[in-house]
Amino acid sequence: MSRYLLRRLLIAVPSLLGISVVLFTVLALAPGDPFGDLATNPNVPPEVAAALRTKFGLDDPIALRYLHWLTAMLHGDWGFSFVSHVNVDTLILQRLPVTLLVIGGSQILALLIALPVGVYSAVRAHSVLDHVANLLAFIGFSLPTFFTGLLFILLFSIYLDWLPFVFRADIAATGWTWYWEQFKQSIMPVAVLALFQAASWTRYVRSGVLEVIRLDYVTTARAKGLPERVVVIKHIARNALIPVVTLVALQMPALFSGAIVTEQIFRIPGIGSLLISAILANDTPVIMAVTFVFACLVILFNLVADILYGWLDPRIAYR
Amino acid sequence: MAGWTLESPIANATPEGADRAERVSPARETWRRFCRHRLAVASAIILLLMLVAVAFGPLLWRVPINDIDFGAHLEGPSWGHPLGTDDLGQDLLTRMLYGGRISLSVGLAAMLVAIFAGTGIGAIAGMSAGSIDAGLMWLTDLFLSLPQLPLLLLVIYLFREPLKQLVGPELGVFILIVAVIGGFRWMPVARLVRAQFLSLREKEFVEAARALGMGNLRLVVRHILPNCLGPVIVAGTIDIAAAIIAESTLSFLGLGFPPDIPTWGRILFDAKDYLDIAPHWALFPGAAIFLAVLAINFVGDGLRDALDPRT
Repeated sequence: MSRYLLRRLLIAVPSLLGISVVLFTVLALAPGDPFGDLATNPNVPPEVAAALRTKFGLDDPIALRYLHWLTAMLHGDWGFSFVSHVNVDTLILQRLPVTLLVIGGSQILALLIALPVGVYSAVRAHSVLDHVANLLAFIGFSLPTFFTGLLFILLFSIYLDWLPFVFRADIAATGWTWYWEQFKQSIMPVAVLALFQAASWTRYVRSGVLEVIRLDYVTTARAKGLPERVVVIKHIARNALIPVVTLVALQMPALFSGAIVTEQIFRIPGIGSLLISAILANDTPVIMAVTFVFACLVILFNLVADILYGWLDPRIAYR
Repeated sequence: MAGWTLESPIANATPEGADRAERVSPARETWRRFCRHRLAVASAIILLLMLVAVAFGPLLWRVPINDIDFGAHLEGPSWGHPLGTDDLGQDLLTRMLYGGRISLSVGLAAMLVAIFAGTGIGAIAGMSAGSIDAGLMWLTDLFLSLPQLPLLLLVIYLFREPLKQLVGPELGVFILIVAVIGGFRWMPVARLVRAQFLSLREKEFVEAARALGMGNLRLVVRHILPNCLGPVIVAGTIDIAAAIIAESTLSFLGLGFPPDIPTWGRILFDAKDYLDIAPHWALFPGAAIFLAVLAINFVGDGLRDALDPRT
């Protein structure tokens, strides 16, 4: 097991390096540089600007600059925000928990929807309910998250006035009221993301179950006289869900896109809205760092999926 | 084998199959299978209507898109303004028609970019075994694990201004968005094409063609590519939907087209602060995006059923 883990970790390293190269190349290829303002500012003498450029190594060859940047990132020196003059890593650490909370909540809700619906529509394939579920799944992943969010706000906040549509980080309450308020304001963002995810997962689960349901061991289980519930839950679903794990991991980048949009709609102070506000304010260090954090999260979840896959399916494990 | 290739030049050009009375051309067969999927046919009709409306609508409904009329601001649908007006009193119908042109053409163009890049990379990887194949597939996997929206935003943030100065605001942003969306969506196509190539290049008919002295390029273009067109067409259809969503998302975040160019996503972005007093303003463009994407997804589903002989 530990050798398998080590191998997976070693495979993740080149991907991370590759992503950092892509990020750095994009930045280096981009016209204009962070000291562009200095060169045109009449109050800064040209020799000072030149000295600053040498100090920060802007005239070095690109490979050297990449190495400098990479070592600085590895040392935890992520620079500071041009706008708020706070260290980028503290800024990100402040914002990350909310994002992870919303994403995690939506994943759980999506699983709670997708698993039963997917298994049911595969077991009763081509029934009326299966067709309805299929239609709903199509509608679900054709609805862009930003439109679902607006529809939710329109329905639940404006017409029904049940839920708040602005996510507040500073709720002036303690104890149970705090948890209740927190829960109420998380419902809509979590639901928006979860519905989008659940729609595609339902189809994965359905086709996964359909693959397994024809196999001989299922017939054997039925022939033994096991109740249908046991056959479906213990024999079919457990095996059908193994490939779904990989597909779920592959969906991660799309999930993060959805999270950025959701945070923007509901004004959740997470790293997605940090990215958008940094882009609107030309805050390069924050933009780079947040993009890199997103990339790391994607790789991390892929790693977790690989490990889960090895754990769930002993046939392929630990090669 | 040629039974399911869509308009493969060889299958259509050879007359020797004509003596079998029941023979139907592959295109006809595909069409027949497609028509069995009723939702897909309905979606194709809706999509066609949308395309016609967007292409010819502005010729019939001649209200300029930036005709400001403060007397009629935030009005609901009426005979004068069938879809209502926005906060500056601009007519939403013309803005929707004009925006639809951009949104749909971004989708189509980005799909073409993705298909060409994906087919090229997949074909190269599939034909050349060994280190080139491994390298290209590593690149594909790397791109698959990139967080797309953050990178899209980063690239647009960095390159928008220079391209605007180079070719003008509208075209510059169009080229940038199409290239970037296409550049992040070629990976599934590349994987599909490579997998098809790996199995096709070992088939007897390819071997026969090679034995007859056919060069590699000709072999690929005449014999292998037409045979893996089916899945590529399906992937391409789905890509249009994804590109439309991507463009709308960018515009919705305020980072797509400039404010004076009303794409569907951009209209939604402007409308979201007036949700309580003018919900129609947000509902129409949102519904348009939803309807277009849903219809394209259904057409893709129908094409998958029609082009895949295994189902």
